[in-house]
Amino acid sequence: MDLVALLAIQVLYAIASLALMSVGLAIIFGMMKVINLAHGEFLMLGGYAAIEANRLGLSIWIAMLIVAPIVVGAIGIIVERTIIRWLYGRMVDTMLATWGLSLFLVGLTTAVFGNTTVGLSAPLGSFEIGQYRTSTYTLFVIGVAIVALGGVLAVLRFTRLGLIARGTMQNANMAAALGVNPNRVYSITFGAGAALTGLAGAVIAPVSGVFPTIGAAYVAKSFITVIGGGVSIVTGTTMASTLFGAVNQVATYVTTPVFGEVALLAAAIVLIRMLPQGITGRFFRGSL
Amino acid sequence: MNIDRRQLLGSAAALAGASALSVPAFAADPIKVGSLHDLSGGLDIYGKPMVDALTLAIEEANAAGGLLGRQLQLVNYDTQSSMQLYTQFAQQAALKDKVAVVHGGITSASREVIRPVLDKFKTLYFYNTQYEGGVCDRNQFDTGVTPAQTVEKLVPYAMKKWGKKVYVVAADYNYGQITSQWVKKYVTENGGEVLSIEFFPLDVTNFSSTISKIQAAKPDFVWSALVGGAHISFYRQWAAAGMNKSISMASTTFGVGNEQIVLSPDEANGMLVCYNYFESVKNPVNTAFLEKFHKRFGADYPNVTELAMGTYQGFNLWAEGVKKAESIDRMKVIEALETGISIDAPSGKVTIDPPTHHCILDVHIAEVKDKKFLLLEDFPQQKPADTAAVCDLKKNPNDNQQYVIKF
Repeated sequence: MDLVALLAIQVLYAIASLALMSVGLAIIFGMMKVINLAHGEFLMLGGYAAIEANRLGLSIWIAMLIVAPIVVGAIGIIVERTIIRWLYGRMVDTMLATWGLSLFLVGLTTAVFGNTTVGLSAPLGSFEIGQYRTSTYTLFVIGVAIVALGGVLAVLRFTRLGLIARGTMQNANMAAALGVNPNRVYSITFGAGAALTGLAGAVIAPVSGVFPTIGAAYVAKSFITVIGGGVSIVTGTTMASTLFGAVNQVATYVTTPVFGEVALLAAAIVLIRMLPQGITGRFFRGSL
Repeated sequence: MNIDRRQLLGSAAALAGASALSVPAFAADPIKVGSLHDLSGGLDIYGKPMVDALTLAIEEANAAGGLLGRQLQLVNYDTQSSMQLYTQFAQQAALKDKVAVVHGGITSASREVIRPVLDKFKTLYFYNTQYEGGVCDRNQFDTGVTPAQTVEKLVPYAMKKWGKKVYVVAADYNYGQITSQWVKKYVTENGGEVLSIEFFPLDVTNFSSTISKIQAAKPDFVWSALVGGAHISFYRQWAAAGMNKSISMASTTFGVGNEQIVLSPDEANGMLVCYNYFESVKNPVNTAFLEKFHKRFGADYPNVTELAMGTYQGFNLWAEGVKKAESIDRMKVIEALETGISIDAPSGKVTIDPPTHHCILDVHIAEVKDKKFLLLEDFPQQKPADTAAVCDLKKNPNDNQQYVIKF
């Protein structure tokens, strides 16, 4: 019974971390149709931002929850202004450009921070479930994921900013005719996606550590989640994370981490075969 | 700068003259020492200290007048953690640059990539990394420790301290696969039981389900043969779950990449390891070595690792071989080394074991304490018994393979 509770927490954690990692990408890909292959590096930069801020004396919470999103969000806006905005509508070119950016960021961080793994000790200690122990930080990550997804949903649904963003993505010319500056909206949307990615990278950093090439471990999973989820940002990300996170964690527990990854990929292939538009391409259409 | 045709021809002629002149000066040409180490990519945490140690060793040799009256030149190739570059650079070192010896290779995978290349092109090869044992090749010398020298000592020590039930976590390639079999062998021989062995690809960062499995299995201690940057998160997640307070850990890899410095004392204290070299080894050679090393690379150099010391000792063994052979000819140096050459190294006395081409050396069990290693027990002059059980290059000089332990 205790073991079941422990496993339930870990499945929830796997779902939450997958959702958190992917939601920034879902915004950038889902809303703007930009395939950002530097997504893994944005996660990595979030980790470094938090660790450096913490090293400079800020509290770990401020470093993770405030500094990392601001830093990576700002980087995102710079990237959008200098690279992405020239390439809207040219999917292959964007992929090439962001892949180049990803290599550049890996090289740059290696030059600045070196190629050693750095990290923070996870705060909050551990708690007992019967005779088992697990990290309290796990619960914190689950909480952050819920708040982040809830926040995105609320902004898109209930604020003027969200309405304008959705409108611009649907029809940029019409939005422009109504007095909205689409370039600014693109910029802000890309920045918001990057900021959420930075937050995710920072929150995961104490668990996994950070080194310049760690993005490669995340980017494929994030893309699978976003594509599996389909067009709706929040609903799609949540559903796909739930499916893939649960499959991965349960398979890993029953067999080994290798088969856990295999099971995740197999589930993704089956899903895309059956639902080429992702889960929300068929179900929950029109949700956010 | 404008260069007209006449000037260009003139300087070209001067260059040609200079290179023609250099031919008679051949005897004074430096001896080239090849180095194949990863200085970038995922494995550079291991490679950088190794090249630093080799650089210092060569500078020392040159300051003492070089070898056979010739200076030494380090020819360094950055293999960038890529197996393809290992093949390419091994060929370049052997054929184009014609180095006298190659030092290098970090993972067992990279060693098995370059070993046949250097065999084929008859270039002497020193592999200076602690590894899983069993390589039997007359062209190669292995100066790192192997399981019979370390695992065999650490298993009974840890079992006496903590208990008989062991859970093994290991990296998923030949090093982890073979080393975990050695752990199993020694645990069984000491009357214990290996509850489970789990393998992890080098990019796995989420260990939560393994940590619950370990809790469910209730071992007395965990044995780690995990490798590389991503696997450091195992130790973090282990500590975050509070497990390091209840289940202890021993390792054959911890500290080789300075994990004890990357992790906080809270996360790493109490870990048991067993290697040939620790900075805290007490002897005059080591004191002098550390002084020179810090003078050359800075007082804040984090730690001279096991692999760095293996490389330093590997180079000096080779240099002794050259002195004794009075030549850099490959067979003459091999025969000189096969007389059982010894050096007084910072880790203690290191002797080549002629039948296996491995080393007889001191090993120590140590415990991680506040980012340093506290020496607990010394085992002087350990023989490479694992490789010796399967490999005898005196009887079969043409043997050329890596033996793998079987149960």
